[in-house]
Amino acid sequence: MKKHEMICIVCPMSCHLEVDLDDAGQVLNVTGNACNRGDVYARKELTNPTRMLTSTVKISGALYDRLPVITSSDIPKGKMFEVMKALAHVEVVAPVAMNEVIIKNVCGLDVDIIASRSMERVH
Amino acid sequence: MKHFDLVIIGGGSAGLAAAVSAYDNGVRDILILERDKELGGILQQCIHNGFGVHTFKEELSGPGFAERFVNLVHQKFITYKLNAMVIHMNDNKTIEYVSPDEGYVLIKAGAIILAMGCRERTRGAIAVPGYRPSGVWSAGTAQRYINMEGFMVGKKIFILGSGDIGLIMARRLTLEGAEVKGVAEIMPYSNGLPRNIKQCLEDFDIPLFLSHTITKIDGLDRVSGVTIAQVDDRMQPIVGTEKTFDVDTVLFSIGLIPENALSEEANIEMDPKTRGPKVDESYQTSLEGVFACGNVLHVHDLVDFVAEEGRKTGIAAAKYINDQLNTGNVIHTVAKEGIGYIVPQMIHPVNLDKTIELMFRVRKQYKNVELVIKKDDEVLRVIKKKHLAPAEMEKVILKASDVALCQQSLSIEVVEDVA
Repeated sequence: MKKHEMICIVCPMSCHLEVDLDDAGQVLNVTGNACNRGDVYARKELTNPTRMLTSTVKISGALYDRLPVITSSDIPKGKMFEVMKALAHVEVVAPVAMNEVIIKNVCGLDVDIIASRSMERVH
Repeated sequence: MKHFDLVIIGGGSAGLAAAVSAYDNGVRDILILERDKELGGILQQCIHNGFGVHTFKEELSGPGFAERFVNLVHQKFITYKLNAMVIHMNDNKTIEYVSPDEGYVLIKAGAIILAMGCRERTRGAIAVPGYRPSGVWSAGTAQRYINMEGFMVGKKIFILGSGDIGLIMARRLTLEGAEVKGVAEIMPYSNGLPRNIKQCLEDFDIPLFLSHTITKIDGLDRVSGVTIAQVDDRMQPIVGTEKTFDVDTVLFSIGLIPENALSEEANIEMDPKTRGPKVDESYQTSLEGVFACGNVLHVHDLVDFVAEEGRKTGIAAAKYINDQLNTGNVIHTVAKEGIGYIVPQMIHPVNLDKTIELMFRVRKQYKNVELVIKKDDEVLRVIKKKHLAPAEMEKVILKASDVALCQQSLSIEVVEDVA
């Protein structure tokens, strides 16, 4: 059996979690969590950790040259750099509305890249 | 001279929330003065998510959070001026601003809400030795360049200060292809939220050097390297602990200072601890009819709390305009042992509705202590705390009826060594 220590990132309480793992890496037990969300987080973090990703893409005809974008839901942590690469060559033209899909099913995931703000066309 | 019932200086989260709330409480003649090209303030460059959990019950990006408030301002036809920089505010509530569209303009306000936000501390504030090459940035400036203007600030980065902006920039720069060689923090603990240590540093194997500071920046034209050293109990570098890093860029994330040049010019009484105006329960400053909210009042951790303070200030300004704010008996709040500051600094019990919320920060990290709130010398409430840290603002809500019986002061202190 192995012990794994981690900090819960679900809320600002920042519980110090202790996770017991068997020799195959399976989660046996989570302690130190003040609520059940800590248990869920610890298990997910050790099996399939995910993160929301935010970045920008090029935009023309808007007030600024960058449009902020966000993933429509969390993506596997290990896919972050692949998604960043997919964003590097994207160029959009204003106007863009908030939540407009910029890339559908990015990198074959069941997740879209969407605009995190509106940008009007300016002259 | 044009007159407005309410002038709000600053169109960021505090100013927008205050404008919307003043409108909802009956004020119609409102003007927001914003110096940037668009409304939204610093939120527009904070493209990461996690905003709005309290205000909108969902996780938004900074621009997404701003857009919600900007839409409300448009729906209510609240007037605003962009590129409008306030250059003077006088104690008779006249305001002078300049803008490319209008030139110099002098206006008079019935009430003013100060919502100018804060500024970053710079390298000069902590006197870091070394050369003065290009490639030294405040973390927020780098954030604006990358997220809004589309310029990368460097390839090999070192960051001084573990506040949340520094941590978030460490992740952002890494995702954009830079190599972040480390983050140094002079304190023995991080000043950022633990979740940001995890998802911004540990996720990317970026080392955090606690009790370390930069002792030298090298480079004649461009940064060519940085030297850090461990510090002792008195924050002095320890000889022999130096480490050098081959970097082309250094970011400083070493704290925020409320931007109060206008408040000071109008002789508004300031709190040396918050570096913002002293306010009462209605967020009114020492100058009658002038209110303050958001980061110009005290630096917050979460935009949700800035917006909430703006909302309450908008209500108070509406009451003032309708002649419904009173004065009379004043109670002072007193930050005792372990407490850095308390906002508000004074309370007129007559203006309280049902409750009063006190916001404060502790001076250092504590574990398993009690917060003791006293009215005059009598204990009003004891709150057990597992964990307290300067990086996390604390709040306590008291009943108006408890405060009303208070003679002079309400105090908060930290009591250690509790059984």
